[in-house]
Amino acid sequence: MGNEAIGKACIAAGVNVVAGYPGTPSTEVLETIAKENDGSIYVEWSVNEKAAMEVAAGAAYSGARTLVTMKQVGLNVASDPLMSLEYVGVQGGMVVLVADDPGPISSQTEQDTRTFAEYSKVPCFDPSDAKEAYEMIFEAFELSEKYNTPVFMRPTTRVCHSYQSIDVRDYAEYEDHRPDGFVKDSKRWVIFPKLSYANHAKIEERNVGLSDEFSSDERNTVTAGTVRKGIVAQGISYANVKDILDNTEGQKPALLKISTPFPFPEKLACKFLKSVDEVLVIEELDPYIERHLLQVCGKYGVNVKITGKLTGHVARSGENMPDLVQKYISDFMGWELPSFEKMNTPELPVRPPVLCAGCPHRASFYAVKKAMKGKETIFAGDIGCYTLGNAMPLDMVDTCLCMGAGLGIAQGVGRVKPDTKCFAFVGDSTFFASAITGVVNAVYNQADMTLIVLDNSTTAMTGHQPHPGTGHTMMGEFTDKINIENILRGIGVETVVRQDPFKLDEAVRVVKKVADEPGVKAIIFEAPCCVLFKPETPYEVDLDKCVDCKMCIREIGCPGVVLKDGHVAVDPALCNGCGLCSQICPCDAIGKAVKE
Amino acid sequence: MSTTNIILCGVGGQGTVLASKLTAAASMAKGLNVRSAETIGMAQRGGSVLSYLRIGECASPLINNGCADLIIGFEPAETVRALSYLKEGGIVITSDRAMMPVTAALQGSDYEGSKMTDYLKSLEGGRIGKLVIVNTDDAMRDLGSPKVMNMVLLGAAARGGFLGEVTIDDIRQALVKKVKPQFHELNFKALEYASV
Repeated sequence: MGNEAIGKACIAAGVNVVAGYPGTPSTEVLETIAKENDGSIYVEWSVNEKAAMEVAAGAAYSGARTLVTMKQVGLNVASDPLMSLEYVGVQGGMVVLVADDPGPISSQTEQDTRTFAEYSKVPCFDPSDAKEAYEMIFEAFELSEKYNTPVFMRPTTRVCHSYQSIDVRDYAEYEDHRPDGFVKDSKRWVIFPKLSYANHAKIEERNVGLSDEFSSDERNTVTAGTVRKGIVAQGISYANVKDILDNTEGQKPALLKISTPFPFPEKLACKFLKSVDEVLVIEELDPYIERHLLQVCGKYGVNVKITGKLTGHVARSGENMPDLVQKYISDFMGWELPSFEKMNTPELPVRPPVLCAGCPHRASFYAVKKAMKGKETIFAGDIGCYTLGNAMPLDMVDTCLCMGAGLGIAQGVGRVKPDTKCFAFVGDSTFFASAITGVVNAVYNQADMTLIVLDNSTTAMTGHQPHPGTGHTMMGEFTDKINIENILRGIGVETVVRQDPFKLDEAVRVVKKVADEPGVKAIIFEAPCCVLFKPETPYEVDLDKCVDCKMCIREIGCPGVVLKDGHVAVDPALCNGCGLCSQICPCDAIGKAVKE
Repeated sequence: MSTTNIILCGVGGQGTVLASKLTAAASMAKGLNVRSAETIGMAQRGGSVLSYLRIGECASPLINNGCADLIIGFEPAETVRALSYLKEGGIVITSDRAMMPVTAALQGSDYEGSKMTDYLKSLEGGRIGKLVIVNTDDAMRDLGSPKVMNMVLLGAAARGGFLGEVTIDDIRQALVKKVKPQFHELNFKALEYASV
């Protein structure tokens, strides 16, 4: 896997300190390093990306080779330290791995870290496959140390989560870096306007030089064509273009791959542009290369037509899948598109992702829904599996913005219409990552709202990483669990109730009572993620009692409750034995299966 | 050298990823180049999932429309959904067991697996060169486990000679390395189950 390749490369490059926050598609990089190193590397899941960036920066100040990992939206959280860090610089090599997600497949935004690199002035690498990502890591550390700057490594989902056979270094070739430790020098490490002014000038000058250096970087390849037309591509788009060109006979366009997008290799691009009359840029996310090519045309007086996202020749959003790339190239080259017979497929069922059978979030959402029936409410959601609570029939997520935002959103909605019962739902990992300030804000400003913490004792969505409430770290050490109830009480939330969501009647009573109290109050629904435990005995439907009212299906939408031959049935392969459906059935027709 | 392009599709949780990884490992053990890509994360929980697997020389792990030599479908509607990837006259191996999505159940949908398998049968000999439909309920009963359907389907593909140079023995060897010993026998039985 691309992420494993990156992790292995970091180990071989002698990384000393690794910090990150889970987020698809970046997560497996840190996990690989934690799992495969010989115990000499410090690896932590930090509480959020900002903390991770700062831990990595401190280690890099001390001469260590460091890696910090996150997904693209995590970079927004970490942008405050990173923007300043570029001005201050580092001592040991520091690679900032940010995985972008064209599509987006599992993210809120289609933001482009290449654009962020330009904005933050941090050099950026953009691998097109796992092999290139593996090799680039060594180069990224070297560049970082040569220029004392953090360096971005920016793979996208199809690089992170694709598999490829590659050669890796032998253990004997692993690098060994022994950091000297932090050397005091307040003129270097304390950011003041005077230092920023001086370093800003140096950084701009360095980046001009780096642009030249990247112009002769072997990663930015040119494949000659047979006509005066050229394609410029990057990342997985490049791989898709290459496959199509390799499998096409006849006239070929020239092909330029940009693997070092920032500082943009202008001289190389200029030379390429002079060899063609027309260019098509095939890239994902922002029209980053396209803009730079237009800039090169103006700056160097090159008269070439540049087409791509800005001219509407390439889709402005989403992934460049092979069929799209084929169409773009065919349109550009005047090739005929292979045509497929239109198929009259039968109507296919839509299949969106859902909460698992036995998921405690379903029970929590349902308890709140029942308790608040008929009342004016807002259910502000957050980032995690529980965002899936928005699906019918639960329909319990009215908003979702970014990590920890639900608390602020609930408060804001309440300021406009004070009669609304305002709820914010947040998972345990998200609570630690970025919801605590929202609670402080609510208490300080005397908001009227109910916080629901969905505590499943893990970071479920990204693959069950530990966090401050789980009682263990990524180094495998056991720690005191940081207690969410104590945090809330410490902030000044007086009503904090812990409740098992699977005791439905009790949970509904608790929600009713707590939501009616004034001020900020909280319910912590405690039940572990169902994926982490062996399923209990499954339930079954007693067809003699069942009247086929289908209330179980209509109320909670559990994938384990299905229709079989027109009747309600429990699928024993999916049922987790949580028993929520049995508490809803008005006929007492669902009970634990009797073992034969 | 030609590339063997394989699509594995199904519903999150059915074991498409393991089947894909196993085939990739078997290919690599033979010294073949392999590239693959999978759906991970948000898209995983009960949603449609699709893995691309390419054995041989290629630059991208993704497969173009009309270029797959083989589709291994773990759910009949998902197999039909992936059909546009199949090359003219390509091979389809699919489970016949429908999984009703919650949304469809709510709307009282009459989605049935047989509609999908009937449609696939209507294409056999034309758009689909060879079609293998595995009766999953029978397989689960005969093998005594619902967990090895991925191996039943993969075994059919390997024994049919549809995985390029990768043979059933290669798959067995890869399985021994990836799967706990107590499950070897069951998985071996599953590999041999379906008739091709």
